[in-house]
Amino acid sequence: MTGVRVLVGTRKGAFVLTSDGKRERWDISGPQFAGWEMYHVAGSPADPDRLYASQSSGWFGQLIQRSEDGGASWAPVGNDFGYADVPGTHQWYDGTPHPWEFARVWHLEPSLTDPDTVYAGVEDAALFRSVDGGQSWQELSGLREHGSSSAWQPGAGGMCLHTIVLDPRDPARMTVAISAAGVFRTDDAGKTWRPANRGLHSEGIPDPDAEVGHCVHNLAMHPSRPDVLFMQKHWDVMRSDDAAESWHDIGETLPTDFGFPIDVHAHEPDTVYVVPITSDSVHVPPDGKLRVYRSRTGGHEWEPLTAGLPQSNCYVNVLRDAMAVDSLDECGVYFGTTGGQVYASADAGDSWAPIVRDLPAVLSVEVQTLR
Amino acid sequence: MSTAVVRVKLPAHLRKLAHVDGEVELAVDGQVTQRLVLDALEARYPVLRGTIRDHATDRRRAFVRFFACEEDLSHEAPDAPLPGAVATGAEPFLIVGAMAGG
Repeated sequence: MTGVRVLVGTRKGAFVLTSDGKRERWDISGPQFAGWEMYHVAGSPADPDRLYASQSSGWFGQLIQRSEDGGASWAPVGNDFGYADVPGTHQWYDGTPHPWEFARVWHLEPSLTDPDTVYAGVEDAALFRSVDGGQSWQELSGLREHGSSSAWQPGAGGMCLHTIVLDPRDPARMTVAISAAGVFRTDDAGKTWRPANRGLHSEGIPDPDAEVGHCVHNLAMHPSRPDVLFMQKHWDVMRSDDAAESWHDIGETLPTDFGFPIDVHAHEPDTVYVVPITSDSVHVPPDGKLRVYRSRTGGHEWEPLTAGLPQSNCYVNVLRDAMAVDSLDECGVYFGTTGGQVYASADAGDSWAPIVRDLPAVLSVEVQTLR
Repeated sequence: MSTAVVRVKLPAHLRKLAHVDGEVELAVDGQVTQRLVLDALEARYPVLRGTIRDHATDRRRAFVRFFACEEDLSHEAPDAPLPGAVATGAEPFLIVGAMAGG
């Protein structure tokens, strides 16, 4: 039977929301791992019953959980994220050198083809890979061996590698984003990396052509067009048409181009979604109105989507990993808020309804389309 | 070499991870130290590796505390002997999540 499974990570546990293809009635299960911060829960594109979850706590550190049955049951796998022996430091908030220290896994990106291969983006920024279903993790240390790494420094949320984009044409090509270092791309499966930030301009960086130091919040790609990438930066919504070789601004007509998530319609590569947020110092929607903005033209022209979303007294945020789309014929769009609501649209954003209203603060939303 | 049976009390989150109720009893060979108790605990329950001590440094995680016999032993050297009452099993070794909000 066709349906969807929405994987929700929150500050206090994980939830699985399921529905049939109509996406009108929902079954809500959870919390799993109650009391733990669930930064990300993600399913394997190659095996939808294989899920991975990042479970962490300020007290007891990092765990990775794996499910073989779509989230009905879980078992812990490996949690040793030991950095490879790469010398050097990154910059601390005050500009002093600071050694790399593992804090948590922000993002898990399962391989497009192998359920046992999964990538992990971590804080302090590094990329790890497991090829045994999460039992063991090896750092792809070429990223930190890039000559710029001593100049990377944390954003307000920490120095995290939060976005991993896998190229469906070429398994050797990956694009990642780090706050606050920017975008990096590899074409040799992670051995070597280069910054991919040309065209980004960030207030507060004295060098207008700075190779690194940009606070990229999220990237999105449509699988049919891997060379086109969309970016929500700290400020600015950007687009690349050459696989991150260069970027140009597409958010100039938004009410504010600050925000966190960005995503692309499952069937329309030029339909893009963002959630404008007031500013870098006021992380709430403008005017208390929660509005998703949609461009059907690959940027520049944007329309507010408001039907079913609160249009007064709404002061929640939508975090970078908390938006996703399904691939049913009528594309579904989903996002979660720091107020604990998970909203769904079964008509590509034209109208919205909450699936659930009172979860803990939502950190991540992923969707699996089940056929 | 003598073998002691040490009682260890885990915080709720770690009991759930390890699938245990109540206290854990661990056999520890030789002098009973914090390090040997934790080694035995992690050997019995590998899921706890990294949750009490950092994987890389083997040091106590910042918000974990060790108590026994109404004393805070968190800052004792890992190889220092634990109190005799812990070694004899009269008193438990308490692993505690620090009160730190959240």
